[in-house]
Amino acid sequence: MAIFDNANYDFIKWRWHAIALSTLIVLAGVGYTATSGIPLGIDFSGGTIVVVKFEQATSVDQVRAALAAGMPGENVIQSYGDEANHEILIRVSQVTVEEGAALEQNARAIVDSITKASLGKFEVRSQEIVGPVIGADLQRKGIYATLASIFGITIYIGLRFRFAFALGAIAATLHDVLVTLAFLFFFGYDLSLNVVAAILAITGYSVNDTIVIFDRVRENLKTKRRDSLDAVVNASVNQTLSRTIITAGTTFLAVLSLFLFGGEVLEGFAFTMLVGIISGTYSTIFIAAAIATILGGKQAAGRQGSRKA
Amino acid sequence: MSKNLRWKVLAILGVTALSIFSFYPPDQKVRLGLDLKGGVHLVMRVQTDDALRVETQTTADRLSEQLKTANIPIGGMAVAGPTAFSVAGVPVEQDAAFRAALTEVEVNYDRASGAGGYTFTLKPNIVVQLREDTVNQALQTIERRVNELGVAEPIIARHSAADQILVQLPGVTDVNRAKEIIRSTALLELKQVDQGPFPDDAAARQAYAGNLPPDLQILPGTIEGAPGQAASTGYYAVRRVAAVTGRDLRTARPTLDENNRPAVSFSLNNEGARKFGMFTQANIGKQLAIVMDSRVVSAPQIQSRIDDEGRITGTFTNQEAQDLSLVLRSGALPASLTYLEERTVGPSLGADSVRAGVTAAVGGLLMVTLFMLFYYKLAGFNALISITINLVMLLGLMAYVGATVTLPGIAGFILTIGMGVDSNVLIFERIKEELASAKGVKQAVAAGFDRVLLTILDTHVASLISAAFLFQFGTGPIRGFAMTLTIGLLSNVFTAYFVSRTLFELTLSRHSKVAKLSI
Repeated sequence: MAIFDNANYDFIKWRWHAIALSTLIVLAGVGYTATSGIPLGIDFSGGTIVVVKFEQATSVDQVRAALAAGMPGENVIQSYGDEANHEILIRVSQVTVEEGAALEQNARAIVDSITKASLGKFEVRSQEIVGPVIGADLQRKGIYATLASIFGITIYIGLRFRFAFALGAIAATLHDVLVTLAFLFFFGYDLSLNVVAAILAITGYSVNDTIVIFDRVRENLKTKRRDSLDAVVNASVNQTLSRTIITAGTTFLAVLSLFLFGGEVLEGFAFTMLVGIISGTYSTIFIAAAIATILGGKQAAGRQGSRKA
Repeated sequence: MSKNLRWKVLAILGVTALSIFSFYPPDQKVRLGLDLKGGVHLVMRVQTDDALRVETQTTADRLSEQLKTANIPIGGMAVAGPTAFSVAGVPVEQDAAFRAALTEVEVNYDRASGAGGYTFTLKPNIVVQLREDTVNQALQTIERRVNELGVAEPIIARHSAADQILVQLPGVTDVNRAKEIIRSTALLELKQVDQGPFPDDAAARQAYAGNLPPDLQILPGTIEGAPGQAASTGYYAVRRVAAVTGRDLRTARPTLDENNRPAVSFSLNNEGARKFGMFTQANIGKQLAIVMDSRVVSAPQIQSRIDDEGRITGTFTNQEAQDLSLVLRSGALPASLTYLEERTVGPSLGADSVRAGVTAAVGGLLMVTLFMLFYYKLAGFNALISITINLVMLLGLMAYVGATVTLPGIAGFILTIGMGVDSNVLIFERIKEELASAKGVKQAVAAGFDRVLLTILDTHVASLISAAFLFQFGTGPIRGFAMTLTIGLLSNVFTAYFVSRTLFELTLSRHSKVAKLSI
């Protein structure tokens, strides 16, 4: 059984269309952040989140009314997870001081306000308080880790393959990071520690696919020295197409299970992975190879196919 | 079965058995992270300036004393900040004598002369050293306190910045109590009361005609009300220098006072007992202030000479008496702490997360299984065995190295399933291609594995690079994810290549002439 028997699609023909489409999505993401800012979770912005589970059904409005007295200002109050669980998430932005007990004041005020409003029995499921110092620190580390990861992978591919390929891989990886971020913002997910972890995992995953194709290109370059690089790359993409689609499909299924059953805490993580897998597969086929051919010149022959192997 | 193949099968069975042995029974051998077990994660800053200020104040006090005995009058002395103090109005004719008195001070302080006086600044390398010592001391004190709290498997470590400490307390439910115990400075001082109590600070100063002698200080304290009445705050004028401090404590434990109310009794070590004995002997009939963190807890009258035993009474609850003895036993913090980050996961959420994570992992494995069996038939079965062994090895290795399984770590398990499938699909598709080019089954399988090995290594190295940077970033749960991913990648090279290949060879060896492969 096979999905693609002797696949022979002309992917290279569509490369400029693909680049245009991706640019459009990334620009839309940039436009979104330019108008409404990057939606940072409290891990990066600092602030307080309390998740409360009520014994009886309690509406968001009831909780908002309970908090209005003791906690003025713009608080995010939303239902958390399955409605049947009666869980409500309360987010209070930035605490300005870190001195002494000040950091936990908001969390205490939230719990006190709800207790006073007598909304029935409740339990604090989780409480996260991130001070501005830690937020800024994590922001710096997150950016550093993502860039360093992309840089490290580029160096590795640069060593193992020719340089144009490394550029193709880095373009594809950057593309996946940006497209994933754009979709996260469109769907209203905040940038949290878990989401950044998923993005880092995506950089590794996305480049996996790319390497499989590049490996095949390297192998084909040895036997098809007469053909143009475009043709060799296109043939390689086609030869590995079943594998690319099947792998993406199965990994997608596994992560879909995480998205569906993994609980509220991992939802952002799972969503990021889902988008990243689709984007990674797309960029492998259309972006990585396309950039490699655009930068790699016309002829396959007359160039060093690879430095190693 | 050839001899070679038999060894391979034995190796695989051995590794699997070792892995199972390593993590079984899982509830004892697999470490769960805070996000799955419930508990609290705290990051705090040690206010190292406090320790510097104490050092500077002590040095200034000592110099002041020294000048007094040497009969060198000065205009004044002021502590300007945590690292500097200044002396004003040194008489010109006494300048040489003044400088001679500085030998001890100048070990740690740089001297600069200004208008009519001198400024002393703590040397930069001493500042660094003192800050470092302070953080380490705080770390040890917190460790002792957490151990006394009886938390299983706590983590207490230096955090990213030099003055930050990370504390993780799994399974702690009363977070506020834990935080109070960790944070309380718990500096116990026994001081002589000069006068008091006064109703407020101003009244206390008034008693000295507004001119408080430099060796006295005013401290607030709790005045017990008459039975049935609430306690109020009063102010005491006490000696600056403590007769005995918490450093001289041998131990402290909760007890009851003569009215059967909770109290804390303490005993002093030899040095402390000697000092306290002399002090109480000399001050019979006077009041003794028991000062905790610059607040007078009680001020009993000294009835007789006391050597090594004492009791702190006040308005404690049982819990407070217990907590106070705990922090006294573990010693005072060298500086105050502020909390920078706090994440609490309730035990019910942790249990729910475990359930959700396991459901997701089983669901993922199931979906992948169905697909692989449907698409690759018998070969899909091979893939499943190798993926399952991979997961078993992953769990075994995690337990063996003592890595923590976190909720994102469970996601790492699911991604490991994905990677296992990826490698197997890569191999199977290649074998199919080789079969299509009309090779024999055995040759096709061999060629498929051989050609793909390099690709598998390349993809795994690239993923390991991103996992390594992931490890650098973020807190416990994310590190758990990075750890899972890294171990999963390493074991996957073994299972996807070695185990899968052996399974194929095993199948092929059963039938000497295989014309068709179920793939």
